[in-house]
Amino acid sequence: MPSTSTTATLRVRNLRKAFKDVVAVDGLDLEVGAGECFGLLGPNGAGKTTTIEICEGLTEADSGEVELLGLHWSANAGELRQRLGIQLQETQFPDKVTVFETISLFRSFFRHGPAPVDVMTLVQLAEKRNARVGGLSGGQKQRLALACALVGDPDFLFLDEPTTGLDPQARRQLWDLIEQFKLQGRTILLTTHYMDEAERLCDRVAIMDHGKTIALGSPRELIASIGVEHVVEFSAGGAARALELAALRSLEGVREVQTQNGTVLLQVTALHRTVPALLGELARQGVPLTELRTHSASLEDVFVTLTGRHLRDE
Amino acid sequence: MSDTTAIPGIPAKEMAAKAPRMDGAASHPLVELTLTRFREFLREPEAMFWVFIFPILLAAGLGVAFRNRPADVLKVATVTPQLAQALRQDKLLDVQQLSAPAAEEALRTGKIALLAEPGADGAVVYRYDDTNPEGRTARMLADRAVEKAAGRVDPVAAADRLLREPGSRYIDFLIPGLLGMNLMGSAIWGMGFAIVDARRRKLMKRLIATPMPRPYYLLSFLLSRLVMLVIEVGFLLGFGVLVFKVPARGSVIDLAAICVLTSLSFGALGLLIASRVKTIEAASGLMNLVMMPMWIVSGVFFSAQRFPDVVQPLIKALPLTAAIDALRANMLQGAGLAQVSGQLLVLSVWLVVCFPIALKLFRWR
Repeated sequence: MPSTSTTATLRVRNLRKAFKDVVAVDGLDLEVGAGECFGLLGPNGAGKTTTIEICEGLTEADSGEVELLGLHWSANAGELRQRLGIQLQETQFPDKVTVFETISLFRSFFRHGPAPVDVMTLVQLAEKRNARVGGLSGGQKQRLALACALVGDPDFLFLDEPTTGLDPQARRQLWDLIEQFKLQGRTILLTTHYMDEAERLCDRVAIMDHGKTIALGSPRELIASIGVEHVVEFSAGGAARALELAALRSLEGVREVQTQNGTVLLQVTALHRTVPALLGELARQGVPLTELRTHSASLEDVFVTLTGRHLRDE
Repeated sequence: MSDTTAIPGIPAKEMAAKAPRMDGAASHPLVELTLTRFREFLREPEAMFWVFIFPILLAAGLGVAFRNRPADVLKVATVTPQLAQALRQDKLLDVQQLSAPAAEEALRTGKIALLAEPGADGAVVYRYDDTNPEGRTARMLADRAVEKAAGRVDPVAAADRLLREPGSRYIDFLIPGLLGMNLMGSAIWGMGFAIVDARRRKLMKRLIATPMPRPYYLLSFLLSRLVMLVIEVGFLLGFGVLVFKVPARGSVIDLAAICVLTSLSFGALGLLIASRVKTIEAASGLMNLVMMPMWIVSGVFFSAQRFPDVVQPLIKALPLTAAIDALRANMLQGAGLAQVSGQLLVLSVWLVVCFPIALKLFRWR
């Protein structure tokens, strides 16, 4: 979806928010177009949740402006609440209440929207209709949270880390659901610290670090912007220290060399030329190879290139 | 459930354009919120136990333990058949004739209250512990029987008329006390825990992210409390009246009014306690801190009058004291609302002071 041709439904200008002495959001600008799925990608503590909660009208900014669906929180909170669908990061619904009862409760707050049973079917919880929330799996609870975000037939959907803590299968299931909403023409703002999630779901991504946007564009553009197509990762056992990194840097097709905990990362443009050259060079240096991996450049590599750190510091 | 990644349901074509506003019938938010309150409560067996079963068990246990028994028959012993026969004339004495060592042993171990032995020259010697009321009573009864058997004639004729009126027994005192305690407990626990739990679960934050009118949330607590009140009070009162014949002399409407005001006052107090607390542990501690002193000094199990005069004004200003005094006056003396206006005033002050402060301090997250 070409984001430039649509009118912005969310405009954020020069947003600032500090908690005590920690600056969570530091002069942030954002524009999300109608029908767009926009992702805020960044490590924990980058200010994603604070940003999304300011947009949701749950947290007040210290300064800056938020315009949502042409409305402002200060003047149109009631109207905005009716038109937004919100899923928060760690809501725990009451354990003793059933799936259907929970959805009905949330449905009752909205003037318009689908029947609870339709939303329940949409998020594939129809079989769990009378199951108590306490007995649901993590993925089912997230889908219930999604259902509660959808009961008002929202024009704008906020999803804060929708798949955090889920197993891969449950994550894929949730992604499929979110893709459906995109097809329905809903505008979505989601936060995530999973690069694969952002690459798969988002039309555009803002990479955040320390409360600021450090890169903005479609996942494809962002990956292209670092000028590498592949990343080669290898370990050389205990010999890593003795490696001549300068020699690696001059290998054909290598753009960047980084070391992390004994692992060497090469950002390369032409994998088929670099790998044989690398093997030759390692043999020349007499370094035994203990591990070798390659993958296509991802948003993770964009983040690493921009900050020198990984999205998830493990 | 099948965890397939394919999504059944809406065909892609239909989804391409945003569907027009659908209107699934929705019930009123206040109804849904109140129903949620009930569901959470009724599906929590522990809560049901503490609110319904526990007060009844307590009432039954204490009622039986402290029941007014007919005057006890006192066990006494003697060593001669003549004395035994004389003593047996009194119906309130259970007389045993024992050998001297056995009688000695029974007296020492407290199995008998008194031992009557023949003394020199036809006299009688009573052996008993004069610090024990039973011993003293046995002494009087035994002596009366012995003297009568020896031919004493009482100069004044005396007759007994017995008074055993409901309303003056311990159970009659206890039931209104338990009722007050129950009203306090369920309002403070019920309100406090549910609110702190919803805050801890970030459920409250999620609710205010919807268009839910915020007063409805608190109103749902009020509504569910009022309905629960009827059941709770009915349960305990019904038990007291039917099983123990506890009197309910006052007007039922007055009683209901007292219960509602009590519940509102404690609800406001519970709301105040829960207005900012974020963990169940902290809430528990605070609630116990508030309720524990009242359990002790407000006259649930024994009269608050037993505390020194200096602290009486303080005790009377406590909401539980006011509630229990008003309930007792209504049930036992049949007092109308005018006669308990002092207590109602105390409860009202707690309500109008706590509620605005609680609303002012209240945090949704």
